[in-house]
Amino acid sequence: MIQLDYIDRASSTQTVPVVCMHCDSPTCAEVCPAHAIKRTDDGVVQSARKPRCIACNNCVLACPFGIPKMNTRMELMMKCDQCYDRTSIGKLPMCASVCPSQALFFGTEEEIARLRPNSTPINAFQFGAQTITTRTRMLVPKNNVPEQLDVLSAMYQPTIGHDIEEDLLLEGMNAEDSYA
Amino acid sequence: MPEKDSEAISVPPDGRPAKDQPVWRKDFPIDWSEDEYRSRREFIAFLMLTSAAFVAGQFWILLVQAWRKAGSQPSVKEIASVDELPVGQSKLFEYPNPGNHCILVRLTETNFVAYGQKCTHLSCPVLPRPDLGRMHCPCHEGWFDIRNGEPVAGPPRRPLPRVGLDVRDGKVFANGYVEGVI
Repeated sequence: MIQLDYIDRASSTQTVPVVCMHCDSPTCAEVCPAHAIKRTDDGVVQSARKPRCIACNNCVLACPFGIPKMNTRMELMMKCDQCYDRTSIGKLPMCASVCPSQALFFGTEEEIARLRPNSTPINAFQFGAQTITTRTRMLVPKNNVPEQLDVLSAMYQPTIGHDIEEDLLLEGMNAEDSYA
Repeated sequence: MPEKDSEAISVPPDGRPAKDQPVWRKDFPIDWSEDEYRSRREFIAFLMLTSAAFVAGQFWILLVQAWRKAGSQPSVKEIASVDELPVGQSKLFEYPNPGNHCILVRLTETNFVAYGQKCTHLSCPVLPRPDLGRMHCPCHEGWFDIRNGEPVAGPPRRPLPRVGLDVRDGKVFANGYVEGVI
């Protein structure tokens, strides 16, 4: 259950593979009204338990990374669980095992430090006032390591090939201020 | 299934320690091991223990009944004199122990009866109605025959426990049970 996001499909071939970040405080599980989403002792947030999932879509809407997907035919939320069937018997997750450029990597911190000497993995993300720490890590350049990745700040940056002329988000925030 | 880990791996969104969290977090944990522990093992343990308690309770009831039946009759006790009780009147007494309330009724010049006062339906005190030849329980309109304590109407299905009586030298003595246990 991996998704490939296109940064700007019209003018660039750049893509971002999105796997579950396996948050320490999983928002999908927090919002689940049926308590169907559970985290195993190894820190992996699992797909919804089939006997409990009521296919309400709360997790799909709530996840800050957009990971859970609703399988409407099965009436079950399914998400990246790091290929639990494979990793539990010592195999790599499918995505990491087939990635030709090693953009996705599954292994220990020592291994990644040896493979990517110029990068540092970080696992803290800033969404507005909330900091999310995750089990999955992202690599950032070693010479400029932020304390956490401010996810929303990307919304104010012009994407490749486009310029943001009207900042809808900022306008909305100003409007909220004026109500106060 | 993974072993139950006492240390939670997931943290609540506000980051406060577990003791400051609302109680429902304990009942609906995000960690798989905690969840499995509650939903299955605890429930099975609950089922086992309660059914074991029921079984033990049944044996306890049997034991108490057998012990009561095997026990000897209580000692003879003077409860009234013949003169103080006109025909149709009744007197309350406690027999064999204080707290076991009984009622003595004089039906005719020579005929006395005494019963445990607890109704065999839900333990309300019964009242004598010699004019109707009945004992009456006003709680649920239970009626007993005043001559032998048999239930005749209403919810009771078992006879009133009857106290054996002995009339000697103008005195009435209680000497054990005729029927049932008070």
